[in-house]
Amino acid sequence: MPSLDQLRPGQRGRITAIQGEDALMQRLMEMGLFEGEEVEVVSLAPLGDPLEIRLGDYRLSLRRVEAARVQILLLP
Amino acid sequence: MQTRQVDPRDSAPPSANGTPSPARKLTAALVGNPNTGKTTLFNALSGLRQHVGNYPGVTVETKKGQMCCAGRTFDLIDLPGTYSLAPRSPDEMVAVDVILGQQKGEARPDVVVSIVDASNLERNLYLTTQALELGVPVVIALNMIDVAQSQGIRIDIERLSRQFGVPVVSIQANKKKGLEELRAAVAKAATSGPPPRQTPFPEAFEREVAELHRAIGVEVPVFLVRRLVLDVGGWTEQRLAGRLGEDIRVQVQGVRERLTQAGCPVPAIEAKARYGWIREVTAGCIERPAQRPVTWTDRIDRVLTHKVWGTLIFLALMFLVFQAIFTWARPLMNGISDGKEMLANLLRDHLPVGPLTNLLLDGVLEGVGAVVVFLPQILILFAFIAFLEDCGYMARAAFLMDKLMSRCGLSGKSFIPMLSSVACAVPGIMAARVIENRRDRLATILVAPLMSCSARLPVYILLIGAFLSGAGFPWWLPGVVMFSMYALGLVIAPLVALLLKRTLLRGETPVFVMEMPLYKMPSPRLVLRRMFDSGWAFLRRAGTLILASMVVVWALLYFPRGGSPEEQPYDVRIAQLQKEADDLKENGSKDAVEEKEQEINALTAEWKQQSYLGQMGKAIEPVVRPLGWDWKIGMAALASFPAREVVIGTLGIIYSEGQLDTDSITEAENVADTPLARRMKEAKWDADPTRPVYTIPTVLSLMVFFALCCQCASTLAVIKRETRSWRWPVFTFTYMTALAYVGALVVYQVGSLIGG
Repeated sequence: MPSLDQLRPGQRGRITAIQGEDALMQRLMEMGLFEGEEVEVVSLAPLGDPLEIRLGDYRLSLRRVEAARVQILLLP
Repeated sequence: MQTRQVDPRDSAPPSANGTPSPARKLTAALVGNPNTGKTTLFNALSGLRQHVGNYPGVTVETKKGQMCCAGRTFDLIDLPGTYSLAPRSPDEMVAVDVILGQQKGEARPDVVVSIVDASNLERNLYLTTQALELGVPVVIALNMIDVAQSQGIRIDIERLSRQFGVPVVSIQANKKKGLEELRAAVAKAATSGPPPRQTPFPEAFEREVAELHRAIGVEVPVFLVRRLVLDVGGWTEQRLAGRLGEDIRVQVQGVRERLTQAGCPVPAIEAKARYGWIREVTAGCIERPAQRPVTWTDRIDRVLTHKVWGTLIFLALMFLVFQAIFTWARPLMNGISDGKEMLANLLRDHLPVGPLTNLLLDGVLEGVGAVVVFLPQILILFAFIAFLEDCGYMARAAFLMDKLMSRCGLSGKSFIPMLSSVACAVPGIMAARVIENRRDRLATILVAPLMSCSARLPVYILLIGAFLSGAGFPWWLPGVVMFSMYALGLVIAPLVALLLKRTLLRGETPVFVMEMPLYKMPSPRLVLRRMFDSGWAFLRRAGTLILASMVVVWALLYFPRGGSPEEQPYDVRIAQLQKEADDLKENGSKDAVEEKEQEINALTAEWKQQSYLGQMGKAIEPVVRPLGWDWKIGMAALASFPAREVVIGTLGIIYSEGQLDTDSITEAENVADTPLARRMKEAKWDADPTRPVYTIPTVLSLMVFFALCCQCASTLAVIKRETRSWRWPVFTFTYMTALAYVGALVVYQVGSLIGG
């Protein structure tokens, strides 16, 4: 199963799990990244990191290592 | 999802005796996510009279003001913007402590105003659901309803209010709409009880929390017990473990294990429970278009976060910011200097000669001038920062630069402070406020003074112009040396940052999840306000320290002022000579005037050389000798503690060229032809009058020293002001001086080996 950091700009996915149980995981979930939610990668920063994602009505910037914690199911 | 009513008795009433007495002052606290217009609302409610404060041990600022609601005065506290009340550091604990009434010297708020962005309601309500559990009446201020409407989002406000059991008021903070209704709701809520306790958590969770609460004692608020269970390794756990003993960690671990078995894994349970509850409660209240419309933010972001276009626009913008603080501020700064000179001349003509006049002119007036001269740069930089932040671009800038800055252990947010420091470290260090993470902010502040600022420029210009250009040197040498001096800072600063992040400021990598807010028109009022606030904060808190350091250095150069029964003190003699010179100017020969002026300069040099600072210079000569310096350079370096460029003025005095203005060097057509440069070329060692002082290794060593040292009282004062501790300015001064000394030593010794 791919993780969010493997998506290219324009691709969408549905979150299946967030790994870990530390502060990062808690923060990701507080910001609305939890299973069942749909995310879209909007763009990548110049050096390929971080990535900009859209979640419903808002956008977040995530570093690659953070996005790697988010397991997703690729949506067409 | 279960929704269960909880006995309201488990949350304390807002005040000891329930309803507040009419005489008691009421307090309201403002909470909300970043980028929801919280500051705009705070300004609109509290007007111009605000007070920025800090609680001990934390670096976040809390603003306080007053507002009138239905005839009663409220203290209004603006708490730091946050997405969640799950504290992971003392900084994040402030909001929780204030609302729970556990912050020393702060009354427990009677009302919490939770401001939410209507265009992003669900995520914003997450924080609100936490606020509802604090046992204080809550009023929801639904902001940016216009933005939501433009996206086709409709919100049934009355229903939302019924569902949450708290008043919901629709406002537009930037247009000052709905504020009267909000004030009325706040006044009413203050006298009502806390909101009906509904919990989003499953019964198993609440039962475990209640049991743990009984076990550790009821004096700990239930909110903190919940946090203790939910925040693995969070600040609540650390604080309670310190207060109640380490056993608590074992107990909590047991609770968490039981919860995992019961199907409520911590911390995942919180987000799931809260978002689930929010969706359930708001189900009939929010109407969205089936197809999400393409917004302006979508369109703008396609360009501004684009790999190529986004980067180009960013670089152009940064060039503009840099150009503005580097050159636009120049005329204003010159104006301030000229004004100071005019005032000094005016006062000099009308005041008697003596220590007091000299203190006023060379100590206080110079000091005040040195403080005020920073204002143009600070105001211009903060106008840009406030503008970029308010329109939503700042997050994009951090996004674009994050990878680059992460190589030295920092984040994209450190870029603007570092860039600004190339013009001047003082506004650069103040700009580091945009960095939320404490360790990153400290690392940025501590390395910002290494960037080659504009105050180093006169020093480079003088030394390169006098000793490394002209006949006998390749045409490209001055440019290369100048570039190397700038490159030195650009290379050393990231290395030191990396070193600091690996040693002194070590810690787990902070979370960089950052919201990219919607673009919007910045509010001119907010921009002006932030400019004014930053300028005022600088004057008030750093200004006095800068002034004090100027006065100390003045005293060290003024005393002893000589004088004996046979002879007047130096300053009196100089004033007499000056008067004679002025008289000669009107009806004497040019040569006579020049002769007098030389006499004045020689006497000034003699006076300063025997001053305390001169004596200190002689005392430290053994220390600076390995750098290739004689005591005069050592003394000039000491005298430049208030600001690097002062070294030129001091060298001018020591070499009997009188008090020099740095402009006489930077604006000279040929630096090598200036009297000071000529004198320096002629300078010989006291012990060996055939040997020139300024050889190429000495000149390079001096430049490297000034590139790396922290001879800038203003920088140190601002570090003190921003970190609220003497530890960091002392640390910065020490490490930079050590670095500068070693750098200069290596350059001189290696240079002497090659050259000698």
